[in-house]
Amino acid sequence: MAQQLKPGTGPLEFGNRRWLQSLFAATIFVLYLPILVLIAFSFNEQNRGGVWKGFTLENYPKAWNNQSIFDAMVNSLTIAVITTLVATVIGTMVAVMMWRFRFPMKPAYEAAMGLPIVIPEICMGVALLLFFNASGIMNFFSHLIWPLNLSTIIIAHIAFCFPFVAIVVRSRLVGFNKQLEEASRDLGANEWQTFTQVLVPYMKPGIIAGALLAFTLSLDDFVITFFTSGPETVTFPVKIYSMVKTGVKYEVNAASTVLIIITIVATVLAMKLQSPEKAGH
Amino acid sequence: MAEPIVSVRNVSRRYPGGVTAVDNVSVDIMQNEFFALLGPSGCGKTTLLRMISGLDTPSEGHIFIGGEDMAFTPPNKRPTNMVFQSYAVFPHMTVADNVAYGLKVTGVAADEIKRRVGEALEQVKLSHLADRKPDQMSGGQRQRVALARALVKRPKVLLLDEPLSALDAKLRDDMRLELTRLQQEVGITFIIVTHDQDEALSMATRIAVMEKGAIRQLATPAELYEQPTSRFVADFIGKVNLFEADVVSQKGKAVICNAKGLGKMNLTSDKACGAKVTIAVRPEKLKLARVAPKAEGLVKTEAKVRDVGYFGDWSEVVADMPNGQPVSVNVQNDKRDGNTGLKRGDKVWITWAPSDSLVLTE
Repeated sequence: MAQQLKPGTGPLEFGNRRWLQSLFAATIFVLYLPILVLIAFSFNEQNRGGVWKGFTLENYPKAWNNQSIFDAMVNSLTIAVITTLVATVIGTMVAVMMWRFRFPMKPAYEAAMGLPIVIPEICMGVALLLFFNASGIMNFFSHLIWPLNLSTIIIAHIAFCFPFVAIVVRSRLVGFNKQLEEASRDLGANEWQTFTQVLVPYMKPGIIAGALLAFTLSLDDFVITFFTSGPETVTFPVKIYSMVKTGVKYEVNAASTVLIIITIVATVLAMKLQSPEKAGH
Repeated sequence: MAEPIVSVRNVSRRYPGGVTAVDNVSVDIMQNEFFALLGPSGCGKTTLLRMISGLDTPSEGHIFIGGEDMAFTPPNKRPTNMVFQSYAVFPHMTVADNVAYGLKVTGVAADEIKRRVGEALEQVKLSHLADRKPDQMSGGQRQRVALARALVKRPKVLLLDEPLSALDAKLRDDMRLELTRLQQEVGITFIIVTHDQDEALSMATRIAVMEKGAIRQLATPAELYEQPTSRFVADFIGKVNLFEADVVSQKGKAVICNAKGLGKMNLTSDKACGAKVTIAVRPEKLKLARVAPKAEGLVKTEAKVRDVGYFGDWSEVVADMPNGQPVSVNVQNDKRDGNTGLKRGDKVWITWAPSDSLVLTE
């Protein structure tokens, strides 16, 4: 007998297929169970060993009061905020330029712009380290006071974050009706007024989504940061790495949980602002 | 005659790559006119409108608005405002903010903005929707926002780019009346671009028919319909039957033409003997009969019905002449028993008065 559809289903409804459901379950298991364990153990009483001893909130104040974890967190947040601001401005400008203008070698330029996205992070890290050392930039900044001693990391982060902003904003611009700009000019606005009052409001969801993306990318970056940080500066991911080498303490779990929450909130916001209902405007 | 409000002088617009969108056009548009630029797509009508608005600039020529050459004045410095085909209503602003936009950016005082926005919304009957966002509105309502937004600027000239093309048929009729009413109410010049002859004929006081970047004929709607000067215009405005013919004799303005399949007929024209001409007759000027009519001095032909199109109040009968040329005849369905009673294959006689024909050369 020929294959039959189940009553009340369409031919493209895959949700009721067993093997797909199991694959989905396995994916969820591998991806999210470790994170759930990490979060659960941030509430474990005993400090080491991986055995559940009972519920406590102790690890959170402990992490907060650990000066080196706290400093690393402050460094990471500072870097992320500055990176986000600069990368968002540059990324938005790049997006508008690529959307609006035609110029020679544009495809080559667009490809070069996206390079930091596809290039292996380790290569970019090494390249930046060599560049900073050879040019004396590293030497210059690492002796300055905080937060200027974070400059090399910030420069590196901006370099790999702004293409993401550019791509998100660019894709938002595809739906822009150029007659809106013409209408603005026709109604008496000059170029700058048209940019700030018509184009920027239209790009806003893209700009915010791109900024949040840049923020999370910068906040949890390890590889590039590891190579470009000066001798004195430690960021949160680097700090955790150095701590877990000597065995996981649960205050690391606590601090990581906080980082996860920050990242999730930023991601959810970014997705919300990019959702079709918003984009349809 | 009054001074023209818009005077287009020898304007051409050429694009890199050799395309000429507008080719040496000159036209004067008067104060308070409802002027239509009519033509098929690609005829340059929109390019001409955009050059008047300042969203495009001519390659050559001058555009005087209110007596001043503004060919290269940016759009924000011109006393013209445009209603865009896509309406281009700002999606992130409320209706009131959309209408206020053009006043805000030019630094009009807040209380005056409030008053004028109120008036403009009143004019287009949208006062009750002032706080809506455009995505909660219908196409017709968005169009009214675009209208109010342009009118609130009190332009000397309002430019409308295919304003009715995105509306459905019923709404289009309403909006057509609405535009005519508004134009009379605000008393400014309207220039409308359209490819729809019905729109142009029913609204405009004068129409410029464009083809391939040039104005083919500039006249009132009735003149265009009844006195087209070229085959193109006759064919573009309304339906028309065209017959190839030769002028066989001429005495002053009285000529005798010999048309293929119709024989000789006495017509009025200034064409010389031997000229190749086209004889044009509108379908509603033709009469249908079942038997050969006896009246003298009419153009007659026998024909075989090919198709009857029913349009409610009238029907279009297409019949083939013995030489195979199709002729369209409009028949009023003025009896309750419905249609013409004709069907495919029926033999009919078609007649018309020679004075209802036009002699065209191009």
